[in-house]
Amino acid sequence: MNQQPLPNSLRQGPDLRGRFGEFGGRYVAETLMPVIQEVEQAYNAARNDPAFLAEWRRLLKDYVGRPSPLWLCERLTEHCRAASGQPDKGAKIYFKREELNHTGAHKINAVLGQILLAKRMGKPRIIAETGAGQHGVATATACALFGLKCIVYMGATDVERQAPNVFRMKLLGAEVRPVTSGAGTLKDAMNDAMRDWVANVADTYYCIGTVAGPAPFPQMVRDFQCVIGEETREQILAAEGRLPDALVCAVGGGSSAMGLFHPFLDDEGVAIYGVEAAGRGMDTPEHAASLNRGRPGVLHGNRTYLLQNGDGQIQEAHSISAGLDYPGIGPEHSWLHEIGRVTYVGATDGEALDAFQLCSRLEGIIPALESAHGLAQVLKLAPTMDRDGIIILNLSGRGDKDIFTVAKHLGEQL
Amino acid sequence: MSPSDSGPPGSGRDCFDRRGRIAARFAQLKAEGRGALMPYLEAYDPDPATSMALLRGLPGAGADLIELGVPFSDPMADGPTIQLAAQRALKAGGSLAGALAMVRDFRRADDDTPVVLMGYLNPILSYGIDSFCTEAACSGVDGLIVVDLPPEEADELAIPAREQGLDLIRLVAPTTDEARLPKVLEGTSGFIYYVAIAGITGTRSATRDALAEAIPRLRRHTDLPIAIGFGVRSPQQAAEAAQVADGAVVASALIDTLAQSLDERGRARPETLRRVLDQVRGLADAVRGARVSA
Ligand SMILES: Cc1ncc(COP(=O)(O)O)c(C=O)c1O
Repeated sequence: MNQQPLPNSLRQGPDLRGRFGEFGGRYVAETLMPVIQEVEQAYNAARNDPAFLAEWRRLLKDYVGRPSPLWLCERLTEHCRAASGQPDKGAKIYFKREELNHTGAHKINAVLGQILLAKRMGKPRIIAETGAGQHGVATATACALFGLKCIVYMGATDVERQAPNVFRMKLLGAEVRPVTSGAGTLKDAMNDAMRDWVANVADTYYCIGTVAGPAPFPQMVRDFQCVIGEETREQILAAEGRLPDALVCAVGGGSSAMGLFHPFLDDEGVAIYGVEAAGRGMDTPEHAASLNRGRPGVLHGNRTYLLQNGDGQIQEAHSISAGLDYPGIGPEHSWLHEIGRVTYVGATDGEALDAFQLCSRLEGIIPALESAHGLAQVLKLAPTMDRDGIIILNLSGRGDKDIFTVAKHLGEQL
Repeated sequence: MSPSDSGPPGSGRDCFDRRGRIAARFAQLKAEGRGALMPYLEAYDPDPATSMALLRGLPGAGADLIELGVPFSDPMADGPTIQLAAQRALKAGGSLAGALAMVRDFRRADDDTPVVLMGYLNPILSYGIDSFCTEAACSGVDGLIVVDLPPEEADELAIPAREQGLDLIRLVAPTTDEARLPKVLEGTSGFIYYVAIAGITGTRSATRDALAEAIPRLRRHTDLPIAIGFGVRSPQQAAEAAQVADGAVVASALIDTLAQSLDERGRARPETLRRVLDQVRGLADAVRGARVSA
């Protein structure tokens, strides 16, 4: 995370106002401004402090189990080659296996960085929002490790559909507060976390789970998640002697995606795909495709693409995956979308469910429903690519938390 | 002043653009030796007709300035009371355009009571900043409070608002320190809104002592009138706030009364209007009884 980007690089953002192009910024109530500036100063000091970074790296290695492997998916590759129906088509598929991290997803990478920062700032109380519960579990875990008080806001709908993670958080000593406003999903949880922070600025750190929120959160969470892309780069060079042709990752807020993409943004030969949750279909009202179907606005402290009606009221998103069920997206993605560096596509609930099952049977890996959206795009893309092509999916999390949801959709009783 | 008919080009509507209602009102109150009562109600809560009747009734009940809340789906600085008010308002069809139309209607009968719109940035962005500022001024809006627009991000709205003669009223919080105050106050006009507690609306109240310390500190940095809001609920609290500062904003306490007066299906009952306005009267009596010691 200390590499200096090139002068005309796409990796220089944000600017001093926390903006990626016109996106980002810091749109919060005055009460929060001082503490957010405090976070920014603390983060700028920490990221240049070798002792801070060494402690974070140590945790990633010995506690999280990094580096996560880069796995060549031979059976999935064969499947796509067969599906292509052409002898010269079907790229090699690799998984960056973030699901093997302690707590089962990429979220822990940024959580550990942020919790170390909170400790440094002397904030003993940690709050977080969570959708799928993965960020909540990661935050609860880090708080257990460091003996900090942890409160997790989770939409009531998500409390229900991600029950295993709710119990995990409780076991880890966190308090889970169900949020009933709105549709009771991630957006509403984030509202309530912000409200808590406003009332408790003196002793509380808000550990945001994705590359959204007021500056410096989008940058900070990205910087911590870049460990994914940096490792991937080394690993693919070691395995294949060259960079991949394509990267794919699902985008909710977009932290797993920014982490994989960012270290490759300046590599022109690498095509990059972000996959939004298309829910019941991008042309129905029920999806979470902020970039493909939203327009710019301001929510949760940043200017970005949002699902909103003509009056500027934020609309509820829909996805089978709680972690993608969010009407916004990190501001850096909005910028990458507008400049065209990253292509944002959609995968429906149904496509994700199919990919979920295929992955389980062909690779022996049960993916998170979020990651299954990314895989759905890989299954579309790989058969169209040349046989000597290389495509890498960020397998951002494991699917244990999703088995009840999937069973329900498949009509099975557990 | 009677409405001119020089509306925005092509609109053919009455235009109530008039500068300085806020300053005039505070000057008048200063001469009377008392502070202002500033009730806040959410536009379209619980329905357009009741909301309009409330707005029209406020000056008669003793409101010196009026804050009209613009409903937003995600009111991040608000507690449950105003969240629910916004949900009721949105369900009843509330919007920024609707709030502007209410003010325009209000102005047909009242050209003096200042009206400030309070809300969040996204509906304004969605409306279009320039057309919003033009329409707001013409509708007879006097000032804007945009909760999630700190001074660092304010230029895009502050400049067109100033051109239209709209006061952009900034929030100062207990967390705003001396070093930051000048930045927050720069470019503020109309009055200063002091957020009495570090928290959301409708939760805690500040102590009298905390306010007695905070307001003089703020006065050292500004000559503008100061209104206190967040946690001002009772007539006594309103009187104290109007005494230590220049005005008291009461929101959640009034909206709680409104909410309690609704039927099981969330509809206004015949007594809704009277109960809310009676409470405003009680607050106004207390504020008027509390003379400002020179
Ligand atoms: C496994 C997994 N992947 C992806 C996401 C989506 O978040 P982001 O886009 O920030 O990576 C989540 C969120 O909960 C998740 O749990």
